[in-house]
Amino acid sequence: MKRQLLLIAMILFFPALLIGASDGKWLNRVPDEDRARHNPFAGQPAAAAAGKVMFEENCAKCHGADANGLHNRPSLRSVRIQHATDGQLAWMLKNGNPYKGMPPWSSIPEQQRWQIIAFLRTLPLATEK
Amino acid sequence: MRFVGLASFSLARLSLLAMGAALSVSSALYAQEKPYFVTYSTDLEEPGNLEVALKGLTASPKDANAFISPTIELEYGATAWWTTEVYAQGQSTVNDSTVFTGYRLENRFRPLPREYFVTPVLYVEWESVSNADKSILEITGHDGIQRFQVNNGQTRGIVEHSLEGKLILSSNFKGWNVSENMIAEKNMSNEPWEFGYAVGAARSLASAGSAHRCFLCRQNFDAGAELYGGLGDRYSFGLKQTSQYAGPTVDFRTPNGPTLSFSPQFGLNDNSIGTLWRFKVSYEVQQIRDLFKSKDSR
Repeated sequence: MKRQLLLIAMILFFPALLIGASDGKWLNRVPDEDRARHNPFAGQPAAAAAGKVMFEENCAKCHGADANGLHNRPSLRSVRIQHATDGQLAWMLKNGNPYKGMPPWSSIPEQQRWQIIAFLRTLPLATEK
Repeated sequence: MRFVGLASFSLARLSLLAMGAALSVSSALYAQEKPYFVTYSTDLEEPGNLEVALKGLTASPKDANAFISPTIELEYGATAWWTTEVYAQGQSTVNDSTVFTGYRLENRFRPLPREYFVTPVLYVEWESVSNADKSILEITGHDGIQRFQVNNGQTRGIVEHSLEGKLILSSNFKGWNVSENMIAEKNMSNEPWEFGYAVGAARSLASAGSAHRCFLCRQNFDAGAELYGGLGDRYSFGLKQTSQYAGPTVDFRTPNGPTLSFSPQFGLNDNSIGTLWRFKVSYEVQQIRDLFKSKDSR
């Protein structure tokens, strides 16, 4: 019985062994090739409308329906996000920043990720949280 | 024909109650998960989300009684790189009995901080499951149809404790997800390491999203196929005397509702059951941990 409890404890606490470093400056980690990518849906209102639907389904639960951030999660209307290139945002959506709480969304088709970015571009700037 | 399904139905009722409770406290939902039943992709549960699922399998093996095996699954995204799960499972066999067959504790970890062409996830599971288990959540070793031809009375008392590890690999390109799992399982009694595999490929039926909320639009469907089976054990590695299955799989994410998945899977050799019918109903409770945060932190 003791051996079983020890094994269960090992399984539950194993994550502590996997904590890795994260610089938190994801913008600097985006490769030049990705940074330079352009949104194929840029300036298309229909794509932004589709992106809004997907934003509400996927992103609003953490970033808020108004994209101003919920429970200390970052605002997507900040200067930092609004000044990021489409390519940087696409890289972040695909890769996430797992050690900082942002999951990767690579399993969503790429076109849908670009549509979300098209929607983010329609948001007005707000003061950074 | 007598169908003794009391405990099984109780399990199903319990899971439906849990899902009902989840539906009552949650808002819109979306799951990244693929329509696989056995294969894992590298998609983890989103941090703070709780998925409640009922997985079912029914089959009528050759020279054995038909059965149904429900599994209740609670999956929680502890962080963006760690998902933890608990399973409770049982089965009900025609002309036999209904039994609770055990539980599993599972953890999945994303060791790398970004996506690669092939992205890995590590999986560690502890299971305490009786030999009466018929859930076929994975296949390892020489597990085959013979086990299903034994009465529950002879197998329910034999409980095995196992530690299982998986290396999960996934690639996402051009809308497709391709996932491969390598499985190694060690029964904690004096039995050799057993091995298995699972591979799957799936994609959403629409690459671009619709500008309008819709129920039956293609973007709400995923379709694909999976193949899995045993690879023997440390002393007899290979496909000989193993069971192997393959089949198409599809899921449907109902807007603001549960995700429904279905798959008929076919045995590929004489050691396998002819056809497995799998179904799954899952629901994500969004950001359940926010319910415990103060409004001031908004």
